[in-house]
Amino acid sequence: MNIVVCIKQVPDTTDVKIDPKTGTLIREGVPSIVNPDDKHAIEEALRLKEKFGGKVTAVSMGPPQAEDALREASAMGVDEMILLCDRAFAGADTWATSYALGTAVRKLGFDLVICGREAIDGDTAQIGPQMAEHLGVPQITYVRNVEMGDGKIICERALEDGYERIEANLPALITVIADLNKPRYPSVRGIVEAYREKEVKVWTAGDINADPQCIGLEGSPTEVQRTFAPEPKGEGEMLEGSTEEVCSQLVSRLKDKNVLR
Amino acid sequence: MDFALTKEQEMVRKTARDFAANELEPIAADIDESAEFPTETVRKLGELGFMGMTVPKEWGGAGLDDVSYVIAIEEISKVCASHGITLSVNNSLVCWPLMAFGTDAQKEKYLKPLASGQKLGCFGLTEPNAGTDAASQATVAEKQGDKYVINGNKIFITNGEKADVAIIFAMTDKSKGTRGISAFIIEKEFPGFSIGTVEKKLGIRGSCTAELVFEDMVVPEQNLLGGEGKGFKVAMATLDGGRIGVAAQALGIAEAAFEASVKYAKEREQFGKPISKFQAIQWFLSDMATEIEAARMLVYRAAFDKWQKRPYTVSAAMAKYLASDVAMKTTRNAIQVHGGYGFTKDYPVERFYRDAKITEIYEGTTEVQKMVISGNLLK
Repeated sequence: MNIVVCIKQVPDTTDVKIDPKTGTLIREGVPSIVNPDDKHAIEEALRLKEKFGGKVTAVSMGPPQAEDALREASAMGVDEMILLCDRAFAGADTWATSYALGTAVRKLGFDLVICGREAIDGDTAQIGPQMAEHLGVPQITYVRNVEMGDGKIICERALEDGYERIEANLPALITVIADLNKPRYPSVRGIVEAYREKEVKVWTAGDINADPQCIGLEGSPTEVQRTFAPEPKGEGEMLEGSTEEVCSQLVSRLKDKNVLR
Repeated sequence: MDFALTKEQEMVRKTARDFAANELEPIAADIDESAEFPTETVRKLGELGFMGMTVPKEWGGAGLDDVSYVIAIEEISKVCASHGITLSVNNSLVCWPLMAFGTDAQKEKYLKPLASGQKLGCFGLTEPNAGTDAASQATVAEKQGDKYVINGNKIFITNGEKADVAIIFAMTDKSKGTRGISAFIIEKEFPGFSIGTVEKKLGIRGSCTAELVFEDMVVPEQNLLGGEGKGFKVAMATLDGGRIGVAAQALGIAEAAFEASVKYAKEREQFGKPISKFQAIQWFLSDMATEIEAARMLVYRAAFDKWQKRPYTVSAAMAKYLASDVAMKTTRNAIQVHGGYGFTKDYPVERFYRDAKITEIYEGTTEVQKMVISGNLLK
């Protein structure tokens, strides 16, 4: 079975700072990591390979330094690494990115594509679903459990108040959430192999025969009007006094706000 | 000159740090309190390749460089010094001499499972009357046909109670002094082998420290390591490398104490402001940071020398001397920064203080390191 995992290198922070002048992310001094949801995607791909055999390929689109994220995936056990890296891809929104990734995935050939639910720097959760559309395959999002057999995949799709059990024919694409599994640590030997023995293949726009109209800024219908960091929430108020006093204060405050009646 | 780590070394650090934060942090205080050997996490570390990091792949290791090795020991020890020494002993006191002095058959039989974490090893040199004076071995190995019969005991042996394999030292010819000492590879199942006293310790309480007892223990001659009479050479060469591991452990403990101090100094308020605003505290922190950086440079330097196959006896001795000294000072002052709270088990710094002390003692006391350094200066 051919499994392709799409991963993204992101800044390691939950507190992403935005430059107020340019409206872009400040990346200086922030270490880069593999996007957390994507690690669950890698883990699931490796588990499925261990169970059913086959090959796992990790694909990422980004600047040259994004190869570090691919090498980490390799140290975890991924067989092959592809980096889509070309100035022509620059400035892509999620639509152009999912086109480029989808085109690369089609070139690789696949039975299953696994993506993390969303990246912590963009929070759109659009890449997976859009790729499925580009590829013309069924998609199951927010997956928290996977079963497989007879050319089919059966997933539990998490909802706010429960889950759906969805079956799809392969090839298919799923996006996964953290509840699905616990990602393994890279092994020390895996790290050595990732850096000394394995190669990150770099594919340009030409290598995947991408339509120039569909990639980079040109292929991006999204126009960013403004980006901003949300105002931090005000400091909480501490109620003081005995337990009874605090409780009665709390109740009256909640009544003022119509939370209690 | 370039002080930057390679990408590979950075990923080793990140992996060791993540493992320590997720798997060791939750149990570090508990295993210190209960003095329980953490079998499960040691097994996991073995599966990930941390037990034979510098051993080449063909012998079950990861084939890493020595700087990566000290980085891993540093990161693990920063969270739990007991795990740090358990790892360090298996890597540098067991796998390394097997790699350096073992025959291919010995490597196949012993190094592979030890380096891949399937088995745990220990190193038995110290005896009740052979501590710093390691040459005064009272354990005797008598050749009988194609076997040796060994009698004696070894004390304070890290991993002793839990180890499957031990490298031990015994006199094969008393008349020859240090040239009459030989090294042997033994298995816990060998007839005549048993575990004696298991020590109750001040620090590194999650590691196991035990007595090995040999009563007419029968060892096949093919388990002689490095040849008859070569034991002292094996021991001294091994300890040179081991010291780098202990130095890295000390470095990790010091860093942990420093980071805890910075965090506490920012949180704790006295006289209406965080104590980090007081120069008394700032000076503690700046001394800690400076001394830790100096120790780190020396520890990495010693590891780099070993990796580059340059002489490293002196740099390893200097690294252990300085790093253990810095660990003691930093942990002592970390408690001072924490005040009364630091003296309680509500904060981890008292554990760091207790753990630090052994780094000045095992694998050559600070005084032995000074003997090694001055011996090389004045020869």
